Amino acid sequence: MSAQREHLLGLEGMLAQRIKLILDAAGPFKEVLERPIRKVPTLRGISIANLFFEPSTRTRISFELAEKRLSAEVVNLSSATSSVLKGETLKDTAKNIEAMKVDMVVIRHSSPGAAHFLARELQSSVINAGDGAHEHPTQALLDLFTLRERFGELQGLRVVIVGDIAYSRVARSNIWGLKTMGASVAVCGPPTLMPLKVEEMGVDVYYDLDQALQGADVIYVLRLQLERQQAGLLPSLREYTNEWGITAQRLAKLKQEFIIMHPGPINRGVEITPEVADGPYSVILDQVTNGVAVRMAVLYLLSGGRHEG
Amino acid sequence: MRAKGSLLIKGGRIVDPASGIDRVADLLIKDGLVERISLANQRIGVKAQEVISAQGELVVPGLIDIHTHLREPGREDEETILSGSQAAAAGGFTGVACMANTQPPIESQEGVRFVLERAQQAKCRIYPIAAVTKGLKGEELTEAADLVRAGAVALSDDGNPISNSQIMRRALEYSKALGIPICSHCEDRDLSSGGGMNESSTSTLLGLVGIPSISEEVTVARDILLAQFTQGRLHLAHLSTAGSLELVKEAKKRGVRVTAEVTPHHLILSDELIRASFDPNLKMNPPLRGKEDIEALRKGLTDGTIDCIVTDHAPHSTEEKDVEFDAAPFGIIGLETSLGLILTELYHKGILNLQTIISLMSANPAKILGIKGGNLRVGSPADVTIIDLEKEWQVGPAKFRSKSRNTPFGGWTLQGKAVATIVGGEICYREGV
Repeated sequence: MSAQREHLLGLEGMLAQRIKLILDAAGPFKEVLERPIRKVPTLRGISIANLFFEPSTRTRISFELAEKRLSAEVVNLSSATSSVLKGETLKDTAKNIEAMKVDMVVIRHSSPGAAHFLARELQSSVINAGDGAHEHPTQALLDLFTLRERFGELQGLRVVIVGDIAYSRVARSNIWGLKTMGASVAVCGPPTLMPLKVEEMGVDVYYDLDQALQGADVIYVLRLQLERQQAGLLPSLREYTNEWGITAQRLAKLKQEFIIMHPGPINRGVEITPEVADGPYSVILDQVTNGVAVRMAVLYLLSGGRHEG
Repeated sequence: MRAKGSLLIKGGRIVDPASGIDRVADLLIKDGLVERISLANQRIGVKAQEVISAQGELVVPGLIDIHTHLREPGREDEETILSGSQAAAAGGFTGVACMANTQPPIESQEGVRFVLERAQQAKCRIYPIAAVTKGLKGEELTEAADLVRAGAVALSDDGNPISNSQIMRRALEYSKALGIPICSHCEDRDLSSGGGMNESSTSTLLGLVGIPSISEEVTVARDILLAQFTQGRLHLAHLSTAGSLELVKEAKKRGVRVTAEVTPHHLILSDELIRASFDPNLKMNPPLRGKEDIEALRKGLTDGTIDCIVTDHAPHSTEEKDVEFDAAPFGIIGLETSLGLILTELYHKGILNLQTIISLMSANPAKILGIKGGNLRVGSPADVTIIDLEKEWQVGPAKFRSKSRNTPFGGWTLQGKAVATIVGGEICYREGV
């Protein structure tokens, strides 16, 4: 690895220039994915550990595919199979992984700041694949890539993020990324799922969904964790769907063109109805495809751009 | 603690707010008691067995910290009464009160006696605070009279708020017979549930679950009302919010028997610092709050709303603390940094004068607990702290007397330090010795 190791911990504070560089780099990798042989030797000899301390299907597979298509050596550790269950600390786990000479570490963890903790402790480059409700930078980057593909430009877009803002790392990373790239962002959801002083992040806050959706180019629907209702933050899922669910009837009232995004996995019939999720304005599966390309770009750039191809 | 013999402290500036003294003079100690203070710029010509020159230094009544956790019994790996007292003496404290939340808790006469027995070897005076309720569970009162007879100076379930208002009412009522305060850790656990830092724009950015200011304030308000109703004596531990201060200020105006304390870290650090680092040493309960809270707390020191400064010294092992922010236990140590921080951040920056600082760190804490000390009157125990106000030093946790290292102030350069700590005429700490 290069002496000055770089990390991707979050989009807060990341310059527009840097975001653009990543999105630009993702373009050619997306072409690679459309070739008959979807593999390049870019990261040959580089070893990457995927540490997933929280259940994840989509993000873990996306990272793993991205790594393998760049010809990196990949090891996976998920909490169900590791010594974490035996009481080993994150620090010990990380130090052990490092002792095995791993160049890059991808971490998903339920504690905000877990990726920062590793970045402080390790010599390897650290990529945050989601730290609690804090950030999920590669998700936001793939969302930006998808938006740029659709609209050509991010400047001036009106994006409405709907749902559980308080507990969403996807919302936070997207707010930072979108604002930096010149989009305007609104958030909408029940007040109990709205974090304190969220407007200080530079977003408009709505509780009324119909109002929020007026003039939106992008409706970004967040997954509603079912435990929010158990925690007393919502009276019932039924009422949530009535008030903040994205349904075809609600969308029929809109005069403008728009697209629907969702980071997955979807709770069909809760935050979004199946016909909307699978409808013509949905780009949900494009997001998934683009995720691999964007993660390839991130890995490539963090590896120091050491090109063997 | 009472040492035989005589000790002469020469030429220091003696500041004793309790007796209105502020002059350069000699102080003579005999057989553990203050024997004499000379007139301004006069010498005491007596040949003492031991002499300390305090020229250019400050000589004040020994500092007293009425909120520490010494972890013995139960977590002697983190702190013992001996190591905690050594840390206290090095920080200029001649006496500390230790909280009851040890393992097992201090909730019986035997428990209080155990602490006092260990205190025989300690480097400062140790005042046990015993539990309000059995097992710190908030359900059933301890035998408070027994505890006080054995030597407890106050009652507190610190660390565990008493959620049942009826129990709190009864505790405040019952303690009236014993002349001791109930020290309340104000936190509504339903409101603070799952939280690790102040609920604020910073917790929103970081995605950390917040502890809202109201979790402290609703309990402060309740306890004040209970104290007013029962006429019991309430001492509010480690206040952290502007709203709490408003409540205390109003209560004092109404004549409620309430006193309040604040820690150096709540006076100096704001929650925004967590943003840069996720440093578990910035995690304590109550949490670091916002800038407007810091302003209110500082104002409370000068307008009499706050009665004393305490450390809430809370040792934790490195293994426990060096983890993700979420997983780390609450609390930081403070005995060896408290005075230096207060002098650096509040005295040298012109926010507090020396008289106020000594009142907040010595005279008032003694008054709150009804213990000796806190003044240099002739015949009082010779508990004295000598301070070099100008001395610059760097906080080096590796060199702490405390067994623990959990401080966010490591590496800070401070101005002002205790250079000698004298307890009952015995020199318990001497800088460089």
